[in-house]
Amino acid sequence: MNWNKNIVIPLLLLPVWYLTYHYLQPITDWSIDIVLGLEKGTRFTESLRFFIFEMPKVLMLLALIIFFVGIIRSYFSPERTRKILEGKSTFTGNILAAMLGIVTPFCSCSAIPLFLGFVESGVPLGVTFSFLIAAPMINEVAVILLFGMFGWKVALIYILTGLTIAITAGWVIGKLKLEHWVQDWVYQTKIGNNDESEEKLKLSDRIRFGYNAVKEIVGKVWIYVAVGIAVGAGAHGYVPQDFMVSLMGKSAWYSVPLSVLIGVPLYSNAAGIVPIVSVLIEKGASLGTSLAFMMAVIGLSLPEMIILKKVLKLPLILTFIGIVAFGIMIVGYLFNFIF
Amino acid sequence: MDIKILGSGCAKCKTLEKLTREVVEQNGFNATITKVEDIVDIMKYNIMSTPALVVNEKVEIKGRIPSADEIKQVLSKY
Repeated sequence: MNWNKNIVIPLLLLPVWYLTYHYLQPITDWSIDIVLGLEKGTRFTESLRFFIFEMPKVLMLLALIIFFVGIIRSYFSPERTRKILEGKSTFTGNILAAMLGIVTPFCSCSAIPLFLGFVESGVPLGVTFSFLIAAPMINEVAVILLFGMFGWKVALIYILTGLTIAITAGWVIGKLKLEHWVQDWVYQTKIGNNDESEEKLKLSDRIRFGYNAVKEIVGKVWIYVAVGIAVGAGAHGYVPQDFMVSLMGKSAWYSVPLSVLIGVPLYSNAAGIVPIVSVLIEKGASLGTSLAFMMAVIGLSLPEMIILKKVLKLPLILTFIGIVAFGIMIVGYLFNFIF
Repeated sequence: MDIKILGSGCAKCKTLEKLTREVVEQNGFNATITKVEDIVDIMKYNIMSTPALVVNEKVEIKGRIPSADEIKQVLSKY
Protein backbone atom coordinates (compact mmCIF):
# COMPACT_ATOMS: atom_id res chain seq x y z
CA MET A 1 0.00 0.00 0.00
CA ASN A 2 1.03 3.52 -0.73
CA TRP A 3 0.54 5.03 2.71
CA ASN A 4 2.86 2.47 4.20
CA LYS A 5 5.83 3.85 2.38
CA ASN A 6 4.84 7.43 3.10
CA ILE A 7 4.61 6.87 6.82
CA VAL A 8 7.39 4.34 7.35
CA ILE A 9 10.15 6.35 5.67
CA PRO A 10 9.85 9.43 7.90
CA LEU A 11 9.69 7.16 10.94
CA LEU A 12 12.94 5.52 9.88
CA LEU A 13 14.60 8.82 9.06
CA LEU A 14 13.76 10.35 12.43
CA PRO A 15 16.37 8.45 14.52
CA VAL A 16 19.03 9.06 11.85
CA TRP A 17 18.14 12.74 11.94
CA TYR A 18 18.32 12.81 15.73
CA LEU A 19 21.70 11.08 15.97
CA THR A 20 23.29 13.30 13.33
CA TYR A 21 21.90 16.43 14.94
CA HIS A 22 22.95 15.35 18.40
CA TYR A 23 26.54 14.58 17.38
CA LEU A 24 26.96 17.47 14.97
CA GLN A 25 29.40 19.40 17.16
CA PRO A 26 31.82 16.46 17.71
CA ILE A 27 31.53 15.54 14.03
CA THR A 28 32.38 19.12 13.05
CA ASP A 29 35.30 19.30 15.49
CA TRP A 30 36.57 15.94 14.33
CA SER A 31 36.50 16.83 10.65
CA ILE A 32 38.19 20.19 11.25
CA ASP A 33 40.78 19.31 13.88
CA ILE A 34 41.65 15.77 12.81
CA VAL A 35 40.67 15.24 9.16
CA LEU A 36 41.73 18.67 7.95
CA GLY A 37 44.27 19.07 10.73
CA LEU A 38 43.77 22.81 11.07
CA GLU A 39 45.29 24.75 13.92
CA LYS A 40 42.74 25.56 16.63
CA GLY A 41 41.85 29.14 17.44
CA THR A 42 42.99 30.86 14.26
CA ARG A 43 40.53 33.18 12.56
CA PHE A 44 40.19 30.99 9.51
CA THR A 45 39.64 27.79 11.48
CA GLU A 46 36.99 29.34 13.69
CA SER A 47 35.17 30.88 10.71
CA LEU A 48 35.21 27.52 8.96
CA ARG A 49 34.07 25.73 12.11
CA PHE A 50 31.16 28.16 12.43
CA PHE A 51 30.08 27.51 8.84
CA ILE A 52 30.50 23.74 8.87
CA PHE A 53 28.55 23.47 12.10
CA GLU A 54 25.74 25.98 11.47
CA MET A 55 24.97 25.11 7.86
CA PRO A 56 23.91 21.46 8.32
CA LYS A 57 22.32 22.32 11.66
CA VAL A 58 20.04 24.95 10.18
CA LEU A 59 19.23 22.89 7.09
CA MET A 60 18.35 19.86 9.20
CA LEU A 61 16.10 21.93 11.45
CA LEU A 62 14.45 23.49 8.42
CA ALA A 63 13.77 20.14 6.78
CA LEU A 64 12.32 18.58 9.92
CA ILE A 65 10.12 21.44 11.03
CA ILE A 66 8.91 22.43 7.58
CA PHE A 67 7.84 18.83 7.05
CA PHE A 68 5.55 19.03 10.07
CA VAL A 69 4.44 22.58 9.30
CA GLY A 70 3.50 21.37 5.81
CA ILE A 71 1.28 18.71 7.34
CA ILE A 72 -0.29 21.13 9.83
CA ARG A 73 -0.92 23.68 7.08
CA SER A 74 -2.89 21.19 5.04
CA TYR A 75 -5.56 21.61 7.73
CA PHE A 76 -5.68 25.39 7.37
CA SER A 77 -6.72 26.54 3.92
CA PRO A 78 -7.29 30.28 3.35
CA GLU A 79 -10.95 29.43 2.76
CA ARG A 80 -11.28 27.86 6.16
CA THR A 81 -9.48 30.79 7.78
CA ARG A 82 -11.89 33.18 6.11
CA LYS A 83 -14.84 31.23 7.38
CA ILE A 84 -13.50 31.48 10.93
CA LEU A 85 -12.95 35.24 10.61
CA GLU A 86 -16.30 36.13 9.05
CA GLY A 87 -18.47 38.19 11.37
CA LYS A 88 -16.01 38.24 14.27
CA SER A 89 -16.04 41.37 16.41
CA THR A 90 -12.99 43.54 15.84
CA PHE A 91 -10.72 42.80 18.74
CA THR A 92 -11.30 39.05 18.89
CA GLY A 93 -11.07 39.08 15.11
CA ASN A 94 -7.67 40.79 15.20
CA ILE A 95 -6.29 38.24 17.65
CA LEU A 96 -7.63 35.30 15.66
CA ALA A 97 -6.45 36.75 12.36
CA ALA A 98 -2.91 37.27 13.60
CA MET A 99 -2.71 33.71 14.95
CA LEU A 100 -4.22 32.23 11.81
CA GLY A 101 -1.66 34.26 9.87
CA ILE A 102 1.03 31.99 11.31
CA VAL A 103 -0.52 28.70 10.25
CA THR A 104 -2.33 29.56 7.02
CA PRO A 105 -0.20 28.99 3.92
CA PHE A 106 0.72 32.39 2.54
CA CYS A 107 2.84 33.66 -0.28
CA SER A 108 3.00 37.29 -1.27
CA CYS A 109 1.94 36.36 -4.81
CA SER A 110 -1.41 35.33 -3.34
CA ALA A 111 -1.79 38.49 -1.27
CA ILE A 112 -4.29 40.08 -3.67
CA PRO A 113 -6.79 37.22 -4.05
CA LEU A 114 -6.52 36.68 -0.33
CA PHE A 115 -7.18 40.33 0.46
CA LEU A 116 -10.16 40.45 -1.90
CA GLY A 117 -11.50 37.15 -0.63
CA PHE A 118 -11.38 38.41 2.96
CA VAL A 119 -12.68 41.93 2.50
CA GLU A 120 -15.49 41.04 0.14
CA SER A 121 -16.88 38.30 2.28
CA GLY A 122 -17.20 40.76 5.13
CA VAL A 123 -14.03 40.31 7.14
CA PRO A 124 -13.33 43.83 8.54
CA LEU A 125 -10.41 45.76 7.02
CA GLY A 126 -8.46 45.95 10.29
CA VAL A 127 -8.83 42.20 10.87
CA THR A 128 -7.60 41.55 7.33
CA PHE A 129 -4.55 43.69 8.09
CA SER A 130 -3.77 41.74 11.25
CA PHE A 131 -3.57 38.69 9.03
CA LEU A 132 -1.50 40.42 6.36
CA ILE A 133 1.02 41.64 8.93
CA ALA A 134 1.39 38.37 10.82
CA ALA A 135 1.55 36.04 7.81
CA PRO A 136 4.85 37.19 6.31
CA MET A 137 6.49 38.38 9.54
CA ILE A 138 6.00 35.24 11.61
CA ASN A 139 6.86 32.63 9.04
CA GLU A 140 8.23 29.20 9.79
CA VAL A 141 11.64 29.85 8.24
CA ALA A 142 12.25 32.88 10.47
CA VAL A 143 11.15 31.05 13.59
CA ILE A 144 13.21 27.93 12.83
CA LEU A 145 16.34 29.94 12.17
CA LEU A 146 15.86 31.96 15.34
CA PHE A 147 15.37 28.76 17.26
CA GLY A 148 18.46 27.19 15.70
CA MET A 149 20.79 30.13 16.19
CA PHE A 150 19.47 31.82 19.35
CA GLY A 151 17.47 29.18 21.19
CA TRP A 152 13.78 28.83 21.96
CA LYS A 153 13.50 31.93 24.16
CA VAL A 154 14.35 34.36 21.38
CA ALA A 155 12.15 32.46 18.94
CA LEU A 156 9.25 32.71 21.37
CA ILE A 157 9.88 36.41 22.00
CA TYR A 158 9.85 36.99 18.26
CA ILE A 159 6.52 35.16 17.83
CA LEU A 160 4.86 36.95 20.74
CA THR A 161 6.03 40.45 19.82
CA GLY A 162 5.19 39.82 16.16
CA LEU A 163 1.68 38.77 17.16
CA THR A 164 1.29 41.82 19.38
CA ILE A 165 2.30 44.14 16.55
CA ALA A 166 -0.03 42.42 14.08
CA ILE A 167 -2.98 42.54 16.50
CA THR A 168 -2.47 46.15 17.59
CA ALA A 169 -1.63 47.56 14.16
CA GLY A 170 -4.66 45.83 12.61
CA TRP A 171 -6.87 47.06 15.43
CA VAL A 172 -5.65 50.65 14.99
CA ILE A 173 -6.21 50.51 11.22
CA GLY A 174 -9.72 49.22 11.88
CA LYS A 175 -10.42 52.06 14.35
CA LEU A 176 -9.19 54.69 11.87
CA LYS A 177 -11.90 53.59 9.40
CA LEU A 178 -9.75 53.78 6.30
CA GLU A 179 -12.07 51.86 3.98
CA HIS A 180 -12.19 54.86 1.60
CA TRP A 181 -8.45 54.35 0.97
CA VAL A 182 -9.07 50.94 -0.48
CA GLN A 183 -9.13 51.07 -4.29
CA ASP A 184 -12.69 51.75 -5.42
CA TRP A 185 -13.07 48.69 -7.59
CA VAL A 186 -12.45 46.35 -4.66
CA TYR A 187 -15.85 46.77 -3.05
CA GLN A 188 -17.57 46.70 -6.44
CA THR A 189 -16.16 43.35 -7.44
CA LYS A 190 -18.42 40.43 -6.87
CA ILE A 191 -16.86 37.17 -5.92
CA GLY A 192 -18.35 34.13 -7.55
CA ASN A 193 -20.21 31.43 -5.75
CA ASN A 194 -18.11 28.50 -6.57
CA ASP A 195 -18.86 25.71 -4.17
CA GLU A 196 -16.67 25.84 -1.11
CA SER A 197 -16.23 22.13 -0.59
CA GLU A 198 -12.86 21.37 0.92
CA GLU A 199 -10.61 18.87 -0.74
CA LYS A 200 -10.92 15.56 1.01
CA LEU A 201 -7.44 14.56 2.09
CA LYS A 202 -6.11 11.33 3.46
CA LEU A 203 -3.25 11.26 5.93
CA SER A 204 -0.91 10.05 3.20
CA ASP A 205 -1.87 13.11 1.10
CA ARG A 206 -1.02 15.38 4.00
CA ILE A 207 2.33 13.67 4.47
CA ARG A 208 2.97 14.18 0.78
CA PHE A 209 2.22 17.89 1.31
CA GLY A 210 4.86 17.82 4.05
CA TYR A 211 7.42 16.35 1.64
CA ASN A 212 6.52 18.87 -1.04
CA ALA A 213 6.82 21.76 1.40
CA VAL A 214 10.32 20.63 2.37
CA LYS A 215 11.34 20.25 -1.26
CA GLU A 216 9.89 23.59 -2.25
CA ILE A 217 10.99 25.72 0.71
CA VAL A 218 14.39 24.20 1.43
CA GLY A 219 15.07 24.11 -2.31
CA LYS A 220 14.37 27.83 -2.43
CA VAL A 221 16.03 29.12 0.75
CA TRP A 222 19.16 26.98 1.11
CA ILE A 223 21.18 29.40 -0.97
CA TYR A 224 20.15 32.34 1.25
CA VAL A 225 21.00 30.29 4.31
CA ALA A 226 24.41 29.48 2.81
CA VAL A 227 25.18 33.11 1.94
CA GLY A 228 23.86 34.36 5.28
CA ILE A 229 25.90 31.85 7.26
CA ALA A 230 28.99 32.44 5.13
CA VAL A 231 28.81 36.19 5.81
CA GLY A 232 28.15 35.36 9.45
CA ALA A 233 31.08 32.95 9.56
CA GLY A 234 33.44 35.52 8.05
CA ALA A 235 32.36 38.15 10.56
CA HIS A 236 32.53 35.60 13.37
CA GLY A 237 36.23 35.08 12.79
CA TYR A 238 37.40 38.42 11.43
CA VAL A 239 35.31 41.25 12.89
CA PRO A 240 36.48 42.56 16.28
CA GLN A 241 34.39 41.62 19.28
CA ASP A 242 32.87 45.01 20.14
CA PHE A 243 32.55 46.29 16.63
CA MET A 244 28.78 46.83 16.70
CA VAL A 245 28.53 48.27 20.22
CA SER A 246 28.69 51.93 19.24
CA LEU A 247 26.41 51.54 16.22
CA MET A 248 23.79 49.04 17.39
CA GLY A 249 24.48 48.84 21.10
CA LYS A 250 22.02 49.62 23.86
CA SER A 251 23.40 53.03 24.71
CA ALA A 252 22.97 54.38 21.20
CA TRP A 253 19.40 55.73 21.44
CA TYR A 254 19.15 56.33 17.70
CA SER A 255 20.02 52.74 16.87
CA VAL A 256 16.41 51.48 16.94
CA PRO A 257 14.82 53.97 14.51
CA LEU A 258 17.94 53.78 12.35
CA SER A 259 17.72 49.98 12.11
CA VAL A 260 14.04 50.17 11.17
CA LEU A 261 14.74 52.87 8.62
CA ILE A 262 17.42 50.73 7.01
CA GLY A 263 15.41 47.54 7.40
CA VAL A 264 12.15 48.57 5.69
CA PRO A 265 13.49 49.07 2.14
CA LEU A 266 15.94 46.19 2.56
CA TYR A 267 14.37 43.07 1.29
CA SER A 268 15.69 39.70 2.22
CA ASN A 269 13.98 36.60 3.33
CA ALA A 270 14.37 35.34 6.85
CA ALA A 271 16.80 32.65 5.74
CA GLY A 272 19.43 35.19 4.81
CA ILE A 273 18.95 37.77 7.53
CA VAL A 274 18.88 35.66 10.71
CA PRO A 275 22.48 34.32 10.45
CA ILE A 276 23.69 37.88 9.88
CA VAL A 277 21.72 39.19 12.83
CA SER A 278 23.16 36.43 15.00
CA VAL A 279 26.63 37.80 14.30
CA LEU A 280 25.52 41.41 14.87
CA ILE A 281 24.46 40.35 18.35
CA GLU A 282 27.67 38.43 18.93
CA LYS A 283 29.59 41.59 18.05
CA GLY A 284 27.78 43.76 20.53
CA ALA A 285 24.48 44.80 18.94
CA SER A 286 21.68 44.73 21.49
CA LEU A 287 18.78 42.29 21.28
CA GLY A 288 16.09 44.96 20.92
CA THR A 289 17.84 46.76 18.10
CA SER A 290 18.57 43.51 16.27
CA LEU A 291 15.01 42.30 16.71
CA ALA A 292 13.68 45.58 15.33
CA PHE A 293 16.02 45.38 12.35
CA MET A 294 15.00 41.80 11.59
CA MET A 295 11.27 42.50 11.87
CA ALA A 296 11.56 45.51 9.59
CA VAL A 297 13.43 43.49 6.96
CA ILE A 298 11.15 40.45 7.07
CA GLY A 299 7.78 41.97 7.90
CA LEU A 300 7.71 44.98 5.63
CA SER A 301 8.89 44.28 2.13
CA LEU A 302 8.86 46.52 -0.90
CA PRO A 303 7.71 43.87 -3.42
CA GLU A 304 4.66 43.10 -1.28
CA MET A 305 3.79 46.80 -1.01
CA ILE A 306 3.94 47.08 -4.80
CA ILE A 307 1.59 44.12 -5.12
CA LEU A 308 -0.78 45.62 -2.55
CA LYS A 309 -0.85 48.90 -4.48
CA LYS A 310 -3.37 47.19 -6.75
CA VAL A 311 -5.95 47.07 -3.99
CA LEU A 312 -4.87 49.85 -1.61
CA LYS A 313 -4.45 53.54 -2.27
CA LEU A 314 -1.06 55.03 -1.44
CA PRO A 315 -2.10 56.79 1.81
CA LEU A 316 -3.30 53.47 3.22
CA ILE A 317 -0.06 51.72 2.28
CA LEU A 318 1.93 54.51 3.95
CA THR A 319 -0.27 54.39 7.06
CA PHE A 320 0.18 50.63 7.16
CA ILE A 321 3.98 50.91 6.91
CA GLY A 322 4.00 53.75 9.43
CA ILE A 323 1.96 51.94 12.07
CA VAL A 324 3.88 48.68 11.73
CA ALA A 325 7.26 50.47 11.77
CA PHE A 326 6.16 52.36 14.88
CA GLY A 327 5.17 49.10 16.56
CA ILE A 328 8.52 47.55 15.67
CA MET A 329 10.36 50.51 17.21
CA ILE A 330 8.43 50.18 20.45
CA VAL A 331 9.42 46.51 20.57
CA GLY A 332 13.04 47.48 19.94
CA TYR A 333 13.12 50.06 22.75
CA LEU A 334 11.23 47.77 25.10
CA PHE A 335 13.74 44.96 24.70
CA ASN A 336 16.73 47.26 24.98
CA PHE A 337 15.17 48.53 28.21
CA ILE A 338 14.42 45.09 29.70
CA PHE A 339 17.58 43.19 28.76
CA MET B 1 -12.83 20.09 -22.31
CA ASP B 2 -12.17 23.65 -21.29
CA ILE B 3 -9.17 24.11 -19.01
CA LYS B 4 -8.32 27.38 -17.31
CA ILE B 5 -5.22 28.21 -15.32
CA LEU B 6 -5.87 31.02 -12.84
CA GLY B 7 -2.98 33.09 -11.61
CA SER B 8 -1.73 36.63 -11.86
CA GLY B 9 1.62 35.82 -13.36
CA CYS B 10 3.63 34.43 -10.46
CA ALA B 11 6.26 31.77 -11.05
CA LYS B 12 4.09 28.99 -9.67
CA CYS B 13 1.28 29.86 -12.07
CA LYS B 14 3.60 29.54 -15.05
CA THR B 15 4.82 26.19 -13.79
CA LEU B 16 1.27 24.93 -13.49
CA GLU B 17 0.42 26.11 -17.01
CA LYS B 18 3.48 24.41 -18.47
CA LEU B 19 2.81 21.20 -16.57
CA THR B 20 -0.83 21.11 -17.65
CA ARG B 21 0.08 21.62 -21.28
CA GLU B 22 2.55 18.76 -21.07
CA VAL B 23 0.02 16.42 -19.51
CA VAL B 24 -2.62 17.30 -22.09
CA GLU B 25 -0.18 16.79 -24.94
CA GLN B 26 1.30 13.54 -23.69
CA ASN B 27 -2.06 11.93 -23.05
CA GLY B 28 -3.82 13.30 -26.09
CA PHE B 29 -6.63 14.98 -24.15
CA ASN B 30 -8.91 17.06 -26.29
CA ALA B 31 -8.72 20.37 -24.47
CA THR B 32 -8.38 24.10 -24.83
CA ILE B 33 -6.14 25.75 -22.27
CA THR B 34 -6.55 29.39 -21.34
CA LYS B 35 -4.58 31.41 -18.85
CA VAL B 36 -6.68 33.77 -16.73
CA GLU B 37 -4.55 36.59 -15.37
CA ASP B 38 -7.01 39.35 -14.61
CA ILE B 39 -7.65 39.46 -10.88
CA VAL B 40 -11.32 40.39 -11.27
CA ASP B 41 -11.86 37.34 -13.48
CA ILE B 42 -9.94 35.17 -11.07
CA MET B 43 -12.14 36.28 -8.19
CA LYS B 44 -15.22 35.04 -10.03
CA TYR B 45 -14.07 31.57 -9.08
CA ASN B 46 -13.96 32.55 -5.42
CA ILE B 47 -10.45 31.27 -4.82
CA MET B 48 -8.01 32.85 -2.40
CA SER B 49 -4.78 31.21 -3.31
CA THR B 50 -3.23 30.92 -6.72
CA PRO B 51 -2.46 29.08 -8.92
CA ALA B 52 -5.67 27.21 -9.60
CA LEU B 53 -6.71 24.65 -12.17
CA VAL B 54 -10.27 24.98 -13.47
CA VAL B 55 -11.87 22.37 -15.72
CA ASN B 56 -15.21 23.13 -17.36
CA GLU B 57 -15.70 25.97 -14.88
CA LYS B 58 -15.12 23.79 -11.83
CA VAL B 59 -12.18 24.57 -9.52
CA GLU B 60 -10.26 21.32 -9.23
CA ILE B 61 -7.00 22.38 -7.62
CA LYS B 62 -6.09 25.61 -5.87
CA GLY B 63 -3.12 27.11 -4.10
CA ARG B 64 -0.52 24.54 -5.03
CA ILE B 65 1.25 22.84 -7.89
CA PRO B 66 0.01 19.29 -8.29
CA SER B 67 2.11 16.47 -9.72
CA ALA B 68 1.73 15.48 -13.36
CA ASP B 69 -0.01 12.29 -12.24
CA GLU B 70 -2.55 14.23 -10.25
CA ILE B 71 -3.36 16.49 -13.19
CA LYS B 72 -3.78 13.42 -15.36
CA GLN B 73 -6.18 11.92 -12.82
CA VAL B 74 -8.23 15.10 -12.64
CA LEU B 75 -8.45 15.46 -16.41
CA SER B 76 -9.38 11.81 -16.89
CA LYS B 77 -12.66 12.45 -15.08
CA TYR B 78 -13.90 14.61 -17.93
